[in-house]
Amino acid sequence: MLSALIARIKQGHRTMPYPAEPLQMPERFRGYPVISSLERAVERVEEPSLCPYGAFTSDNGGCLDMGKCLFCAECPAGKIEFTTEYRLAVTQRNHLMVQPGSEQHHAQPLPPDLRRMFGRSLKFRMLSAGGCNACEADTNVLSTIGWDLGRFGIQFVASPRHADGLWVTGPVTENMHQALLTTYEAIPDPKIVVACGACAINGGPYIDSPQVYNGADSLIPVDLYIPGCPPHPATILDGLLRILDKIR
Amino acid sequence: MNSSFHTLYNGSAIPLTDIDQVDSSQFLQSILDAIDRGCRIVSYFGIPGPTTIPLVCVLADKSEGRLGVIRTAAEEDHFPSLATPCPQIQLFEREIAEQCGLIFEDHPWFKPVRFHHPFIPGRDAWKRPPGEPIQPGVMDYFQVEGDEVHEVAVGPVHAGIIEPGHFRFQCHGEEVFHLEVSLGYQHRGIEAGLLGGPYPRTLQQMETVAGDTTIGHGQAYCMVTEALSGLRVSPRAEVLRGIALELERLANHTGDLGAIAGDTGYLPTSSFCGRIRGDFLNMTAVLCGSRFGRGLLTPGGTVFDLLVDQRDELLTRLAEARRDLTGAVELLWNAPSVMGRLEGIGTVSNEIALELGLVGPAARASGIKRDVRHDYPFGIFRMSQLPVASSYHGDVCARTMIRWQEAQKSMDFIEEQLRQLPLGNHRVKSSTLAAGQLVVALTEGWRGEICHVAITDDLGRFARYKIVDPSFHNWQGVAMSLRGQQISDFPLCNKSFNLSYCGFDM
Repeated sequence: MLSALIARIKQGHRTMPYPAEPLQMPERFRGYPVISSLERAVERVEEPSLCPYGAFTSDNGGCLDMGKCLFCAECPAGKIEFTTEYRLAVTQRNHLMVQPGSEQHHAQPLPPDLRRMFGRSLKFRMLSAGGCNACEADTNVLSTIGWDLGRFGIQFVASPRHADGLWVTGPVTENMHQALLTTYEAIPDPKIVVACGACAINGGPYIDSPQVYNGADSLIPVDLYIPGCPPHPATILDGLLRILDKIR
Repeated sequence: MNSSFHTLYNGSAIPLTDIDQVDSSQFLQSILDAIDRGCRIVSYFGIPGPTTIPLVCVLADKSEGRLGVIRTAAEEDHFPSLATPCPQIQLFEREIAEQCGLIFEDHPWFKPVRFHHPFIPGRDAWKRPPGEPIQPGVMDYFQVEGDEVHEVAVGPVHAGIIEPGHFRFQCHGEEVFHLEVSLGYQHRGIEAGLLGGPYPRTLQQMETVAGDTTIGHGQAYCMVTEALSGLRVSPRAEVLRGIALELERLANHTGDLGAIAGDTGYLPTSSFCGRIRGDFLNMTAVLCGSRFGRGLLTPGGTVFDLLVDQRDELLTRLAEARRDLTGAVELLWNAPSVMGRLEGIGTVSNEIALELGLVGPAARASGIKRDVRHDYPFGIFRMSQLPVASSYHGDVCARTMIRWQEAQKSMDFIEEQLRQLPLGNHRVKSSTLAAGQLVVALTEGWRGEICHVAITDDLGRFARYKIVDPSFHNWQGVAMSLRGQQISDFPLCNKSFNLSYCGFDM
């Protein structure tokens, strides 16, 4: 018992001060793409859309779909550069389109009635539908003492009956699509849906595989899109705090 | 291994024509003889075709530190099963049946593995019509009958942030007689999609076979392409890959130690390890920007180099993480309430572990000294050996203890490698793949042995790319660990293996 107390003192208080203080992202973190590099990328593209996932098109000065983008270390579509801007989550699918001159979109607060209902207590039922366990792991990490998701009233629960929303990872495989629909139906109204990661948004590395559905919103309406492969926990938390209007 | 086998070393390519094709009886007898002499099946697969199905089996011979390949061709729809005399082959045979439509005669558990249509439409081992969807998890489960025997079904969706799978327990009161695991829910069609590859998407798909094992699978894929294109990876790149592989092991072992503590209800270690796991993930992000190692590896080396100040930062972070992790984990061994829950629970005997061909920490906990880094060294492990931690009780406690021992060795290794990082390039340019070759690449991921086998056609494209995740060998170990246990011990037993669903399902 004494040793546990001593260890507790040595480990210290480790919950991060975010959102009161900003987060420091790793130097090599790949976040929001640089607009000027999109323009340069267009100049270098000889044949359109060299991105194997169809994330980059050279039309209209270049357009990068962050919902399809895997934020590869070496962008196959050209020399697109990424900043360390981690605040990428949006509430509308078309807000993930990045074009030269377009302003960066962020997730918008839920409608007032939903905010009143979920603002202090938001419970999710998580469903992995072909996820590779990276999105799952970096969702899970939010519940550890470092991030302490509970302090915002957000929690992952065991039953869809206890949930206010469905949290989807993975491209939605053929073998999970019925379980996805059943789980969605089991959540009482009103409910929200979060698509976490490139797979859940548009199929990710498995886009157009005959075994997958290319993301959750081909089957159910999605309220929050969190891009990344996988998204950084900071990206996930930013999206959640924004829909609850806890940060702007 | 007898002369029917063509021997090769881990990470090397040989011309396919060098492997003599033997008839089916010689094929089967050679495999059985090799198993009797202590060899183990690392991969066994078919090459899908409308008529003849070539079959390739790769065995590992630990005493010689090398691998043996044997091949035959199944001319008809039926092929003899070896599952009864050789249990470690049973799932491989079911997989071949599901992918290629070959019916294995007298297989005791002849049922689907992942519930998908065969690679060649219409060639279905269970005569399921091509147009109709296949219901996952619908099959004949092993059943126990008798008074007061009841069945408990769990999943595919579980309580918690975890991947889907279906579990059927045959119980007598609280006691589990038998557990059968049925997976396939995460099937994304990876192997079918690799035919004719590699494609521009292949590297990212290999990194996400099991996303928590990005480096383990990514390195195996790189080794395959490097062997096929005759690339020699620089020592600096090998060291960086080795560091990333051990960081991956550390992050996951730390997470498992915390999760096991959590399942025993011991919150201090559970809370501390949950956070410290993130410290290791963040160290991987220093290397490549991704906490899971995405984008670090590329055929020919690594995408990123390690700068001097980044190296110093990693050394500082490693020392802090070591101090925190040691403090958190040492609590476990001194807490009687924890040890009482770990000891004697979920035991897998040495005999069963050998018979099932278990790999990784689960095998080592049952007294089998089996580690690819040691037995068939690859990359930097050819130069710098890590000691193999093993135990002999085979229970949850042994699997927990093994993780802590391995974590300590990994930290020593990373520190040593960071201090003596070789100079030179971290990358050489990749080139085209040689035609008509077979290559086997093994790595030791944190769950155990990862095996990638590629066969190229006349144009240097993948005629077959076979992936074996360690979970493919080990799920049967989870099932056996539950025999005679209380059903309430399932979460703890399951956590002590912590196997992959997506790595199994592909």
